[in-house]
Amino acid sequence: MEFPEDLKYTEEHEWVLLEDGIVTVGITDFAQDSLGDVVFVELPEVGTMVEEGKAFGVVESVKAVSDVYAPVSGEVVEVNEDLPDTPELINTSPYEDGWMIKIRLTEPGQVDDLMDAEQYQAFVEKE
Amino acid sequence: MLKQTPLNAAHKRLGARMVDFGGWEMPVQYRGVIEEHLAVRNAAGLFDVSHMGEIEVKGEGAFAFIQELTVNDAAKLVNGQVQYSAMCYPHGGVVDDVTLYRFDQNHFLFCVNAANIDKDFAWMEEVLEEGGFAGVTLRNRSNEFAQLALQGPAADAILARLTATDLGKIAYYHFYEGLVGGVPAIISRTGYTGAGGFELYFAPEAAEKLWDALLAAGEADGLVPVGLGARDTLRLEMKYALYGHELSPEITPLEAGLGWITKLDKPSFIGREALVKMKQQGIPRRLVGFVMTEPGVPRADYPVLAGGREVGVVTSGTMSPSLRVGIGLALVESGQAAVGTDLQIGIRSRQVGARVAHTPFVKQNS
Repeated sequence: MEFPEDLKYTEEHEWVLLEDGIVTVGITDFAQDSLGDVVFVELPEVGTMVEEGKAFGVVESVKAVSDVYAPVSGEVVEVNEDLPDTPELINTSPYEDGWMIKIRLTEPGQVDDLMDAEQYQAFVEKE
Repeated sequence: MLKQTPLNAAHKRLGARMVDFGGWEMPVQYRGVIEEHLAVRNAAGLFDVSHMGEIEVKGEGAFAFIQELTVNDAAKLVNGQVQYSAMCYPHGGVVDDVTLYRFDQNHFLFCVNAANIDKDFAWMEEVLEEGGFAGVTLRNRSNEFAQLALQGPAADAILARLTATDLGKIAYYHFYEGLVGGVPAIISRTGYTGAGGFELYFAPEAAEKLWDALLAAGEADGLVPVGLGARDTLRLEMKYALYGHELSPEITPLEAGLGWITKLDKPSFIGREALVKMKQQGIPRRLVGFVMTEPGVPRADYPVLAGGREVGVVTSGTMSPSLRVGIGLALVESGQAAVGTDLQIGIRSRQVGARVAHTPFVKQNS
């Protein structure tokens, strides 16, 4: 199970990478492993406003449907166009090729409230 | 406390993800549902299905009792043959779907769904008492059998390495009592995958030994352990009914597409009158298979629409690992059941296109 040091994490098992006021969002290695084979991903359109804590998309495995929640508020500026055709990227590369959306932050302070890798790993071990 | 099969420890050693399945702690997957599914279609898979129930019917009145209890015609069975059948309530709803094994005219064995064992046994006792069937004894032997399903195109070759029984002699839906790996077993050419293969019934004490022996014998052929996740996707691709989804006390076998096992020309069986009446008046709903024509994964209980009007409900759905498209089964108004009918599936806030399809969804190999 990987917990990259440069990312921030939510209790809903999303990860966030902050670069120049834009965050990239995906689901964690732990989340993809728990879900099993991902077969479908539903993403918002570019330009959608998302709100911290509200669902912005859906990841479906063979057996289960899971909402994905926005870790921060802001505008969706890019979505991963590869996911609709190759949703298994979420399983094979959760932190890189399997990223889901990029959000331009409207409240930059929100990222500071998220867990770091060490905290998230401890959180997962308790689950 | 969840019930466990004799292979519980073996599953955990193999790293299976265990889930609560109708009160049983069962493996849902070992390495991944899709990989396991494709292994069964292309090579072979081994399933622990020891949670299934076995109820034995013996005695002089056994045949008459079974004819009254079940919707299929047990008179068609010869010794060593298996029949897919169902038990109905008087109103035509389904108590359970079953496979029926005939050893001889006075000795039958039912294989029933795990979650229904107690309910089925109680129902059989009730029918037995009320029906005045002399000389029939019922025994719930579920704890005396472990059950494995070896399924897939390589199943014959793998099993042949562990038995002297001539498997070529066992026709589809027939069985033979022989030794497998030195263990006395019922070897039955049945299954729930459409991929061909066998189901084996034997003493629980031998379960780990036989499980390990089969996995070792099939390793070179690509045999893998398979969990309930892939069991569900495999059966769905074949349009095989799952109790609690396609069958229930609220769904008749005629609605569920099981008219082929419902022998209304039999003089009498429980539920017959209600089913004859339903057939005369017109079957209101039909179970159909559908394929998504737009991206989306159908799931049980999602609404089915036609032209914006709700016409039914999804009973089972998944992303087909073989076809890589969303497939499902739905109970819909009979007028919307023809192959080619355009439907919409209500997936969250969207109405997603689907079309009634020919079933089975994949070509059968059994």
